[in-house]
Amino acid sequence: MYSASDLRKNLRLMLDDEPYIVVDFQFVKPGKGQSLYRCKLRNMLTGSQMDRTFREVDTFKPAETEEKTMQYLYKEGDAYHFMDNANYEQIAMTEEQVGDAKNFLIENMECKVMFFRDRPIDITLPNFVDVVVTEAPPWIKGDTVSGNYKPVIVETGYKVSVPPFVEQGEKIRIDTRTGDYLTRVKE
Amino acid sequence: MSADWKLEARHQALETRACVLHALRSFFLSRDYLEVETPNRIPAPLPESHIDALPAGEWWLHPSPELCMKRMLAAGCERIFQISKCYRGRERGPLHLPEFTLLEWYHAGYDYFRLMEECEDLFLYVTGALGTGSPLHYRNREIDLSKSWKRLAVKDAFERYGSISMEKALAENRFEEILALEIEPHLGSPKPAFLHDYPLAFGSLARARKDNPAVAERFEIYVGGLELANGFSELNDAGEQRARFEKENEIRSKRGRAPCPMPEKFLEAISRMPESAGIALGVDRMVMLFADAASIDEVVSFTPEEL
Repeated sequence: MYSASDLRKNLRLMLDDEPYIVVDFQFVKPGKGQSLYRCKLRNMLTGSQMDRTFREVDTFKPAETEEKTMQYLYKEGDAYHFMDNANYEQIAMTEEQVGDAKNFLIENMECKVMFFRDRPIDITLPNFVDVVVTEAPPWIKGDTVSGNYKPVIVETGYKVSVPPFVEQGEKIRIDTRTGDYLTRVKE
Repeated sequence: MSADWKLEARHQALETRACVLHALRSFFLSRDYLEVETPNRIPAPLPESHIDALPAGEWWLHPSPELCMKRMLAAGCERIFQISKCYRGRERGPLHLPEFTLLEWYHAGYDYFRLMEECEDLFLYVTGALGTGSPLHYRNREIDLSKSWKRLAVKDAFERYGSISMEKALAENRFEEILALEIEPHLGSPKPAFLHDYPLAFGSLARARKDNPAVAERFEIYVGGLELANGFSELNDAGEQRARFEKENEIRSKRGRAPCPMPEKFLEAISRMPESAGIALGVDRMVMLFADAASIDEVVSFTPEEL
């Protein structure tokens, strides 16, 4: 059980039988009165945000979420298949459940999958992934002005802006948190 | 000195802080107050329902110097002030530090309304000493510090700014919530405000009004939405005080806090305490006001996180 004084950013807790994460938090205490904890919370199932103020008598259950390390196997139709590295059990997630992570999922990649009561609700990828550029407009020699970017498509189908010297077939590193190109990867 | 501590960001606020401290002292000395220092480490804190004293060995760090200062008042020190560090656990936010600076003063013969006038004088004096003049600019608000500040009863403030009445808020245990979130932002501009006449349960060391025993003769100062000080006419009826402490301890037990031992020497002394009024003012917040700071972090040399 958590008490209100445990509230802080990124704490995960149950409210109205759904898991929430604290995204913003402020301590308020009017003179000699009881403490108030103003929170902005995100519903981990729906993504919707709400404001709620708690008092020091309030208590909460920790969110019934569990994170597992899983290996991404393959995509079939709309289903993304993953395997639990601990017991080799497989699960499938829909495109909606996978969310933006679909842009960077490469076969055999390890990632962290968050479950709520055996239902996968979120994926955390490694911060950086290396992907092959599958489509790129040709490099016009001499075009080296920095800030002059061109769009390319990588093996996952994700479109990203890269410097003009990046060519088809090359490997690039992408920050999965921002979706931005970082560097060329030489092997 | 570690590289993450940046003096440049604080320099000006710390200068303002030094000037405010100096001005506070000269104001009270010019009015014939005695500056006192009472021990910061005490055997037991006052039984108050919502304050967590921090332990220091077998004893406690004082959450305020109230207990010792009132014993001095009872012993014949009629006008005393103290600027001291005070400590309260589980309090940290843009307006709270677990270690903070409190100015506390007592004046025998005063009641809470007479004390309000002295507060007006004090702020004007500090403004003069800092050379900032009036109006004061705080967080994009213009504040006129000249005398005759607004006086507003708590009950009326609920009627005016709250979504529910004070009685309803008390019944639903939402008094603090409505006060802090709905009412406070309106208080203290263009003139500072005295919010006064609290429900008795919110003034455990204050005298009840003779014409309305459900109301404590207590007030809070608000300037530009910022709560700065808590003052009241002092309760000097030992029997009544003991009963109120017992009630506070009951609330503490219900909330999972350990009850505080009865401060017997204090209770024995207060029946000799003259009619008087006293007040505690948050010095850090006063500096925030004059330094136009949004957070208490900006006006102290170090926050606990920076140590």
